[in-house]
Amino acid sequence: MPGSTSLPKAPPIPAGLSRDQLLEIYRFLRLTRTLEERLTALYKQSKVIGGLFRSLGQEGESVASAYALERGRHRDFLSPLIRNLGSLLVMGAQPVQILRQYMAKDQSPTRGRELNVHFGDLELGYLGQISHLGDMIPVMAGVTLTFKMRREPRVGLVYIGDGATSTGAFHEGLNFAAVQRCPLVVIGEYNGYAYSTTPERQFAVRNLADKAKGYGIPAVTVDGNDVLAVYEATKYAVDRARMGKGVHFVEVKTFRRKGHAEHDDQHYVPQEELDRWAKNDPIDRYLTQLLSNGWAEEQDLKDIDGDVRDEIDQATDLCVNEPLPPGESALSGVYVHPATADRLWFRGLHG
Amino acid sequence: MAEITFLEGLRQGLREEMERDDRVFILGEDVGAYGGAFKVTEGFQKQFGDSRVIDTPISEAAIVGAAAGAAHLGMRPVAEMQFIDFISCAYDMLTNYVATARYRAGLPTPIVVRGPCGGYVRGGPFHSQNPEAAFFHTPGLKIVYPATVRDAKGLIKAAIRDDDPVLYLEHKWLYRRIKDQIPEGEEILTPIGSARIAREGKDLSIITYGATVWKSLEAAETLDRDGVSVEILDLRTLLPLDDDAILQTVKKTNKVLIVHEDTRTGGLAGEITARINERAFEWLDGPIMRVTAHDVPLPYAPTLEDFVLPQTDDIVKAARWLAGY
Repeated sequence: MPGSTSLPKAPPIPAGLSRDQLLEIYRFLRLTRTLEERLTALYKQSKVIGGLFRSLGQEGESVASAYALERGRHRDFLSPLIRNLGSLLVMGAQPVQILRQYMAKDQSPTRGRELNVHFGDLELGYLGQISHLGDMIPVMAGVTLTFKMRREPRVGLVYIGDGATSTGAFHEGLNFAAVQRCPLVVIGEYNGYAYSTTPERQFAVRNLADKAKGYGIPAVTVDGNDVLAVYEATKYAVDRARMGKGVHFVEVKTFRRKGHAEHDDQHYVPQEELDRWAKNDPIDRYLTQLLSNGWAEEQDLKDIDGDVRDEIDQATDLCVNEPLPPGESALSGVYVHPATADRLWFRGLHG
Repeated sequence: MAEITFLEGLRQGLREEMERDDRVFILGEDVGAYGGAFKVTEGFQKQFGDSRVIDTPISEAAIVGAAAGAAHLGMRPVAEMQFIDFISCAYDMLTNYVATARYRAGLPTPIVVRGPCGGYVRGGPFHSQNPEAAFFHTPGLKIVYPATVRDAKGLIKAAIRDDDPVLYLEHKWLYRRIKDQIPEGEEILTPIGSARIAREGKDLSIITYGATVWKSLEAAETLDRDGVSVEILDLRTLLPLDDDAILQTVKKTNKVLIVHEDTRTGGLAGEITARINERAFEWLDGPIMRVTAHDVPLPYAPTLEDFVLPQTDDIVKAARWLAGY
């Protein structure tokens, strides 16, 4: 074609994404990592009350999988794990909410009752996990069963770690969802370690996807540190679920580059393994892809980095000195009726 | 004689039993290479090999069920729950299978299921639980709950040697906080089913177990200065309860305060109260009172957790009130 040789043309963006969407994904990736770095600093200052869980190296699959959903009020629905901070942010959780949760502030979404990312928002469509792994699979089967019963074109997405696929709840929930042909996408996160336990000690199959096949669920395994590959695979599964074709399992191969929580120095992980995965960082890879394909300019990304830093600074300033909840507020909300639990007799005694 | 922690006492007991009896083995999540979430089994896999210190998949039902099967065939498994909160995932195995095995089918099931329990550590609703009441209602299980270094060691050894299934609850707040000197070379076996007087007194008895033994001891110091002499009974075994020790202290002081960290409704204090009522009502000079956690899930924020759980000051006030009754 005459005239087309003068300028190198950017290759087409895959998966039907626009340039703005590519930049938005980048923003969520950066937001996740920057927020976690801020949380690490607050943890070191003893401002985080309990443990701190990092998703370093897994931000790509978290953000990209959640990004494949339709987001907004009363749209698709997701249940994240401790290493899916990025998914929560994509669904509309605000950094200040996460900061408040970790610091157990009165204004946190759970008013200081629950930890870290254990909180939800039924309107924005996310449901917090509990510590008992696997439990959210049957719960999300129920969420998506309801979409089906009400003939709403909505899809659910739930995460499960490699270790948690050993639980009964995972298998029972997956089977239930499969039989009911629930519009549910399961993201199986193969990240190499469940606390200190390797996949070889966890299961005798090679891939998590092999397990899903036993329930008659189509499954695919993708490179979890390839943001666009995860997006594409999840989008396919989400579209398929929305068409009424039932559960789909997407296994993402990735790596947990920090210990189980900040206290864990992960001495059981070989250094070469850490080094290798550090070179396979999902954000670095995505950034390179954006620049080398001409889908973004360096300045675009720098601007986003700066905006994200400002956002996290502002969120921290807003909440860091907020009070903890008043003690007696612990008594409310166990039931609808009665609204408040008994204050025990000895608290009414004087000196 | 070196001072050791509660956790070290437990570790010594486990190690001695594994050295003594090669039928004893450990299974649980991250117990091997990592040495357990709280490092109770640190170094064990190196000493005993990975066939006796087994890292399992995340499946408490499989851990407890496999322990039961091995126990039927003569092994002495010790199953670790990484946090005792996860024992709920093995509730079916423990209550339906393990607890009934002997009665139903004459099956020997000498297993120990142990794990860190308890609050006061900002662990939130799923890393702070006290699950004893859920199993206290199950005939066929035994439950021990040590408060001292000596009993941490003596009860794990006794639990492993016991011919019945034993839940061994270890309070994580005590792990590194409580220290004591234990003579080396002494075989320490704390009999299951036997309570311990943690402090002698004459005006009032506090019946308690676990972390609140220490909070009660602290309260007793304050009360002593007020001229109230408190006796403290550390139950050590919750199932079966040591009725004799309970009745003895009731008859001695005639006033009873039951203190536990678990929530009030359906907690052990209710059962203990009923037993005293049935067998020593005429010995009482006041109502049996309870200091327990409030009936809510255990929240994360320090202000909330402190409000919900019984504190030393609560015990002081309650005991003072009861002493003046």
